[in-house]
Amino acid sequence: MQHRGSKDYVKWTIAIAVVVFFALLPIVWIFSLSLKTPDTISDKKFIPSDVTLDNYTTLFEGGLDSPLLRPLINSILIALIATVIAVTLASFTAYAIARLDFPGKSAILAGALAIAMFPQISVVGPLFDMWRTLGLYDTYPGLIIPYLTFSLPLAIYILVAFFREIPWELEQAAQVDGATPWQAFRRVIMPLAAPGVFTAAILVFIFAWNDFIFAITLTSSDASRTVPAALAFFQGDSQFTAPTGNIAAAAVLVTIPIIIFVLIFQRRIVAGLTAGAVKG
Amino acid sequence: MSDIALHDVTKRYPDGTEAVKQLNLEIKDGEFMILVGPSGCGKSTALRMIAGLEDISEGELTIGGEVVNDKAPRDRDIAMVFQNYALYPHMTVRENMGFALKLAKTPKEEIDRKVDHAAEILDLKAHLDRKPSNLSGGQRQRVAMGRAIVRDPSAFLMDEPLSNLDAKLRVQMRTEVSRLQRELSTTTVYVTHDQTEAMTLGDRVAVMRGGVLQQVDTPRVLYNSPVNIFVAGFIGSPAMNFFSGTSKGAELKLPFAEVAAPDGLGEEGDVIVGIRPEDFEDARLAPANHPQGVEFEAPIEVLESMGSEIYAYFGFEGGEVSSDELAELARDSGAADVPGAGSGRAVARLNPESEIAEGDKARLWFDAAKLHVFSPGDGTNLAHRAASGGEPPSVAAEDGESRPAAPAKPQAARPAGGGEADTEPPTEPASR
Repeated sequence: MQHRGSKDYVKWTIAIAVVVFFALLPIVWIFSLSLKTPDTISDKKFIPSDVTLDNYTTLFEGGLDSPLLRPLINSILIALIATVIAVTLASFTAYAIARLDFPGKSAILAGALAIAMFPQISVVGPLFDMWRTLGLYDTYPGLIIPYLTFSLPLAIYILVAFFREIPWELEQAAQVDGATPWQAFRRVIMPLAAPGVFTAAILVFIFAWNDFIFAITLTSSDASRTVPAALAFFQGDSQFTAPTGNIAAAAVLVTIPIIIFVLIFQRRIVAGLTAGAVKG
Repeated sequence: MSDIALHDVTKRYPDGTEAVKQLNLEIKDGEFMILVGPSGCGKSTALRMIAGLEDISEGELTIGGEVVNDKAPRDRDIAMVFQNYALYPHMTVRENMGFALKLAKTPKEEIDRKVDHAAEILDLKAHLDRKPSNLSGGQRQRVAMGRAIVRDPSAFLMDEPLSNLDAKLRVQMRTEVSRLQRELSTTTVYVTHDQTEAMTLGDRVAVMRGGVLQQVDTPRVLYNSPVNIFVAGFIGSPAMNFFSGTSKGAELKLPFAEVAAPDGLGEEGDVIVGIRPEDFEDARLAPANHPQGVEFEAPIEVLESMGSEIYAYFGFEGGEVSSDELAELARDSGAADVPGAGSGRAVARLNPESEIAEGDKARLWFDAAKLHVFSPGDGTNLAHRAASGGEPPSVAAEDGESRPAAPAKPQAARPAGGGEADTEPPTEPASR
């Protein structure tokens, strides 16, 4: 057994190494690009011969008028607000779907799924017109609303699965113990659904953070333009140089918040909080 | 002060099925009441209606004299122990036990004091800071009990609290529950499907079947004078043997013997006769000069020696009984526990000194004074007025009140042959 265990371990290590290498190679390449000077940017070398941080510093030159700072703030705020709203709404919806029997329950789930599958490109055009009429064009809500539309279904699905796993007896025990329905939800159900809530939060955040198509169509200025859209508007040092280095540097920068976000919450996701609730 | 009373309580689901039908039950202050029956008999539903976790479709539920039909569980001042304990996994044992008090905004010192006290009673002091996932099954069970007793509620409701424990621990915890209840003398309603738990724990036991209360009385009365074949088959382990017989004047003909009919049977025709395994004996070891002892010969098919007693399974011919009630019992407990149910085989509990061997044709003895005679039509006990013990039928015995009308009490003069088609036993209004 011992022998076989270590053999498995080696096999798994190799498999994981291959996957990680495959996934990370492009990111490392971008990072390498972001450190190169404009002269060496197309030298096809993996390790930059001439390391510089210019690409990064120029991104922030000029404070709020700099190419990246304002979009970065927009991105963070819009993604965070969308996440908080989506997770809150999804918690209530999912709880109702998991716990209650009401007419139209399956219709809600089916509708949510249908919306999530809708091609985004097909709503962008009409939205552009509508948002301009409604005054939502180039505003935070103008982006948050479509993000909610597409991320809520996902969050609801994740949370329904988590709520269904929580034994109903726990809630009934809380009720008998003297809890109001809200207290039972807040103090018993929510702590147990925390891994699900964080999973949903991360996915919604990543969706909002990575979105390009809505951001490029529904914004027109730095007032609400997010980083992925802003990257497309970078200008080179002169008319004839491509801003490759700057784009690479910005790409590295936008990856960092996601990594931090996942690192913070991954432990909560992994924690098997429901262990021991019911005799296994 | 905290008696619980159910008046004609009915639970009807939206699709029309009735889980509990017109349940009447009075649980006195401090009483330990057991609801027992096979799965699906409505006992858990009844308990959950008392807890307020299930709406009451019809009827009235009072706790401590106050109608609580429309009160939320939290306003009923009851504590419940769930079958799977339902401990809050994210809280320590201390937090679990103190949760109700915390919700009630009890001062922290008082919570600590009460939790410590309960932990002492339940021997949980060493585990107060652990999470439920790190506890054994028995410890979790005790925490669930502790969560209930910390609150000092007006009633405990327990839904099969011991069924998740292994057999040894279950016996141990059974004694524990009994001791606790006696110490605290809090009104307790306890649901179980295990007749042993019911017999050993309860001050009174309510036997249910198909949502209908069959009989409610002390374990002793249930054992000695069951009102119908269902209660007779359910109470007692191994279960009562049933034979079909014919009553003819003063004679009662069984498949293997003829005995004098119990007094007051007053009916001619087919009957079902029940004899408990413990009323059999090896003929050689039978009490001498017993006036109503009857001997007979039977082929011994299987012999199970338990050390303290021997179970002898013997065959008989032409006396198999089939009835809905017995079929349900057999389904619920696995047919092996109901040897008389249409199998042509009966079980006798013999003295361990018996020298009967498997395959023998042995002489057995039984006490004809302890026969139970049931109507084959609806399974009601025809003779418990006349049978041994002389205890009056339990349902009426409850509190001496004259029972109003009691129309469905069919042991009085049924037509011979029991030709009625109804298989459902009559609704038994319990006390009141």
